[in-house]
Amino acid sequence: VTLLVAFLQATLRTATPLLYAALGETLVERAGLINIGLEGAIIAGAFAAVATAPHAGIAGGFVVAALAGAAMAAVLALFAVRFRADQIITGTAISLLGLGATGLLYRLVFGTTGAALSTPTLAPVVVPGLGQIPVVGPALFTHPLTTYVAFALVPLASWWLFRTHAGLALRAVGENPAAALAAGVAPGRVQWLAALGGGALGGVSGATLVLAQVGTFAEGMSAGRGFIAIAIVALGRWTPYGTAGAALLFGASSALQFLLQAAGWPLPYQLFLAIPYVLTLIALASTGRRAAAPAALGKPLPNA
Amino acid sequence: VEHRIVRATRMAARTIVAAAAIVGLLALLVALSGYDPRAALSALWSGSFGSAYAIFSATLVRATPLVLTGLAVALAFSGGVLNIGAEGQFLAGAAAGSAVALALPPAAGVVALIASLAAGAVVGAAWTIVPAILRVRFRVLEVISTIMMNFIALHAVSYLVRGPLQEPLRIYPQSSAIPAGARLPIVLPGTRLHLGFVLAVLASIAAWLLLRHTAAGFRIRVTGTGPTAARSAGMIDVDRVTLRVFLLSGALAGLAGAVEVSGVTYALYENISPGYGYTAIAVALLGGLHPIAVAGSGIFLGALEAGAASMQRDAAVPSVLVSVVEALVILAVIGLRAARAVAADEHGGTEPRREMPSGATPSPSDA
Repeated sequence: VTLLVAFLQATLRTATPLLYAALGETLVERAGLINIGLEGAIIAGAFAAVATAPHAGIAGGFVVAALAGAAMAAVLALFAVRFRADQIITGTAISLLGLGATGLLYRLVFGTTGAALSTPTLAPVVVPGLGQIPVVGPALFTHPLTTYVAFALVPLASWWLFRTHAGLALRAVGENPAAALAAGVAPGRVQWLAALGGGALGGVSGATLVLAQVGTFAEGMSAGRGFIAIAIVALGRWTPYGTAGAALLFGASSALQFLLQAAGWPLPYQLFLAIPYVLTLIALASTGRRAAAPAALGKPLPNA
Repeated sequence: VEHRIVRATRMAARTIVAAAAIVGLLALLVALSGYDPRAALSALWSGSFGSAYAIFSATLVRATPLVLTGLAVALAFSGGVLNIGAEGQFLAGAAAGSAVALALPPAAGVVALIASLAAGAVVGAAWTIVPAILRVRFRVLEVISTIMMNFIALHAVSYLVRGPLQEPLRIYPQSSAIPAGARLPIVLPGTRLHLGFVLAVLASIAAWLLLRHTAAGFRIRVTGTGPTAARSAGMIDVDRVTLRVFLLSGALAGLAGAVEVSGVTYALYENISPGYGYTAIAVALLGGLHPIAVAGSGIFLGALEAGAASMQRDAAVPSVLVSVVEALVILAVIGLRAARAVAADEHGGTEPRREMPSGATPSPSDA
């Protein structure tokens, strides 16, 4: 039973930063942009959090992290939306830039050792009532605030995307920018806003890693989460609920590895680490033909 | 002939300007970071081109995987395949190369070497089959699928060096050293320069001949400018060309992995690639996707990375600074290209737009 609690806890814990990043990327991709630079936004957010939270507090750290993530995404928007440069290559460069620049800044600001660097972290909040239920309470309702917020964002994002005019405009740009333009929506502006929002959520994802989990910064600590988030979006078929499910699946398969190692399971744990990627490939193959992806995803906007 | 001389001079001038701009950018970053640019640049020079040892044991050794993976990316991009998976194909090739070299008896000698390089290329190519089929059959963006394959390769290598390929004492997560016969010979005695560099240069010449002087290369380039163009050019089976581009690109990246094992590391371990497959994108773009120029840009970035190591040693400048420079180089190249395209548009667009063959990126709705 303690193992089950640990497993569920680790699942939610791993899924939370992925969910922030993937929800942001869902909106970005729904607008027809693909932000391969998400990894850069996450690591920028993580660094911003560690650099500011000791002075500005945890809330301040989250705000600055969101701004840092948005700033990275602004580079993408500038190149891919304004200049209509290739989104994928721009995004790859932004990821490399984020990883390199934060590594450099980290050494400049904190020295090569980086010792004695720790930030305040969010304490777990026990949900009144639900938190007292045996097993379920400690497993699902004893988490930092950020975890609850992440999952609360899911229905909110779904409602916004599918039930509001703004969400409709966003999806229209991702499906058919020319038609959106004809209907009075400015595709470029929509993509800019989507990129900034998605980048900000990427920054929050990085801040969650630092301020709700690890409590410190390490070079490259985003560890591919930006790319995983892009996979999660595809696996979740570009919907917020699907994204949440896929994020939980990724969380579970990485939590499973600890569980199996603890239990002395003979199968290699790397197998479980690789499962989500294989699942994503299968999901991509099965959704590909049915056009679950926004039709104009990855394409530059047509000439206005 | 005069025309050619003018063109060559212009290209040389452009190269010098680009190289100077990149070194200037690096110096600027060093200065902004609060280090002494003069000490840093002198360390950069001494570690890259400052001595015969630096050139042949550091720069060209570091350049070898960059040239090969850079060619892999350049070829893919030329053919309209956005292969971000050179990293995974490199790892798959390194794993296959070391597995074959370790499996054959030490007496196999040069046969083991050839077999391991071939295995690297074949498995590297095989690593692209899933993304290739997903793209051709199901119109799945290869960007996402090749990144997935990178992670799978990473975990596969992590498993191999702790499982079937782990050294017999089972202490370190790495393989045993491959037998001496399966190693690439040193081409310059007294240095670390191995035959792999020669292979990389030959590969870039071969890729240039293929792309610019054969019918197959023409089909690749036409496919790269967009499926519509390829179809209207007629006689081109876009799917088949695309599939071949995937395989060839993967083979080059896989070969790079096997060459790294048999020429430099002599063993497989987890962090065998410091991100060659991603730096390869900078190499390919800086070389304008031209195979010969890619060899040049690979050597240049190899020198930069080799120099960065000595910069960290002698001037205490974090070597990660170079990856910032590499990222900015990519952005600068695509920024300049986009700016030129915009300018061409505004001038009536008589000049043909030369841009990334991004038009070939499939969208799931193309099916």
